[in-house]
Amino acid sequence: MLGIIASIIDGVLVGLVYGLAAMGLTLIWGVMNVINLTHGAMIVAGMFAVFLLVQALGITPYAALPPVLIGGFVVGILLYWIAVHRMIGRPPLMSLLSTFAVNLVLIGVGTAIWGTALFNIDVSMPGLSIGRYTFPGVHIVAAALAAVMACLLYLFLHYTRLGKAMRAVANNREAAELVGVPTTRVLALSVGIGVALAGVSGTLIATLFPFTLLSGDAYQLKSFLVTVLGGLGNPVGALMGGMALGLLEGLVTPFVPVSWTLVIEFALFVVVLIAFPAGVFAARRGAL
Amino acid sequence: MPRLVRRPFFWIIALVIAAFVVAPSIGDNVELRESLILAALYITLASNINLMLGYAGYINFGSIVFFGLGGYICVWLVNAHAWPLSLSLLAAGICVSILALIFGLGILRLRGAFFALATIGVNEGVQAAVQNFTPWGGSSGMYLSPEIFQPLGGAGPALWVLYFLMVAVMGLSLYLSYAIKTSKFGLGLLAIGQNEDVAAILGVPTPLYKALVYSASAFLPAVAGGIYFLKSAFIQPSDAFDLTLSTEAIVIAMLGGQGTVTGVALGAYLYEELRGYLLTSETFANFQLVVAGVLLLLIVLFFPAGLMGWIYARFPRTQKVLE
Repeated sequence: MLGIIASIIDGVLVGLVYGLAAMGLTLIWGVMNVINLTHGAMIVAGMFAVFLLVQALGITPYAALPPVLIGGFVVGILLYWIAVHRMIGRPPLMSLLSTFAVNLVLIGVGTAIWGTALFNIDVSMPGLSIGRYTFPGVHIVAAALAAVMACLLYLFLHYTRLGKAMRAVANNREAAELVGVPTTRVLALSVGIGVALAGVSGTLIATLFPFTLLSGDAYQLKSFLVTVLGGLGNPVGALMGGMALGLLEGLVTPFVPVSWTLVIEFALFVVVLIAFPAGVFAARRGAL
Repeated sequence: MPRLVRRPFFWIIALVIAAFVVAPSIGDNVELRESLILAALYITLASNINLMLGYAGYINFGSIVFFGLGGYICVWLVNAHAWPLSLSLLAAGICVSILALIFGLGILRLRGAFFALATIGVNEGVQAAVQNFTPWGGSSGMYLSPEIFQPLGGAGPALWVLYFLMVAVMGLSLYLSYAIKTSKFGLGLLAIGQNEDVAAILGVPTPLYKALVYSASAFLPAVAGGIYFLKSAFIQPSDAFDLTLSTEAIVIAMLGGQGTVTGVALGAYLYEELRGYLLTSETFANFQLVVAGVLLLLIVLFFPAGLMGWIYARFPRTQKVLE
């Protein structure tokens, strides 16, 4: 019984990181109704960025967070101007296709360079022992960092002028434009932040689990699941959704072979989409 | 049906099929046959994806599930239950279609982007499930013994039979696209594609139509999957649910012109040529997906109507003949 509780707590710690990843996805959806299908590739980009930085400079993975954050932001702005800007106001099909195309290019180039071998980052971090159970130190640090990042995003969205502008655009773009919000810049900014969050969460995940270039698909699916749990377009909901997913993973891990986890998660994904299209934790739609 | 036969487009499709049948038969050209079977597969997958993408405006990122599941059901029936080939192909198509209908009635309540998300999950979920399903060989897959081709007169003639079957499936796909486009059902789908709310208000039963077209777009790819994996006599999850193929089908449908029947066939032919060229060139062999991605991005950004859009604009009279 105690083992299950420990497993659940550990799952929730990891779930906070999933929540951070999903915040990137949900932010972009909330502001401009675009599903960013490069999300998985961006998570993987964060993983490889930290891997290369650690290898080249010998720094700890956590020191790589600021450069990944900045790099992700720049990549996100580029992504907006290349693939998203012309799709605003067109059918959702088009932005899905354009971000999907960018995803193909990124994954294709990555596979050509690095192949699909398994990579791993070793972090030596003392774990926290309670009784017979030890929680890995990397899980605790990653969860704490994810929580801090999520709080910062919340404060940014609610207490800065720019953040309020983003929420205004999410609420009603035309009205925001009328009262003088530079909407195009805000849109570009939110893709930048969204991608930066994906990258940072990739960095954190890389410290937890081994990864390949194609890991992005699984984490993208997890992000989608977290997002629909929390309600599309709702960052706070995303964090709660992340914890719920982590809780679920912690709960099923002792009983079910790991290879079935994805099937269970997917089944849950479809059930939630059908039963709660607005999200389980959503107070109201578009609660950005 | 008689109404369709009187139109010239019906006979254009017939000519294309005839060309596919006759060209490799002259002089027993095996190399051409292998290239054309791939083209026929592309046309089949792309026309069926086009039923969703071009007509109803719904994107199905996981259409490869139909292909892979069809292949699995067919190989399993032949392997474990010694069913005759034709019957197991048919069974594969029907099973996958029914599954798609049941599943479609569920997920097609979702609109637009939500549906696209669900289809991405379908592929991951089904692949993971098949990988864990021991009667189907789990992650190591299933082999077919060459003996199954005895009734067809050995492996050599069997490859020809499978080729003709694939061409038949391609022809049926084109006729299905054409028949749906000119029917009341197709009109309803096109209305959903333009504005789903308005379509619903005007009396189009949108969830039912979407589920029906989802199911219809599953049948022929499932049969094609059966043929494909009978031909290779081996099936494993990573081949059966290879997203590359469904991605290429999307690129083809967009390249030729979404919502058109001719465009998809043209796009498949062009893409097949391009791909053949890229695979033989040293530099690009590893960059096949990159090229597909760049191509898709350029089309979406600058030519959303595709090749047929350009042809229609340039030669307006073709609109009367080519669907």
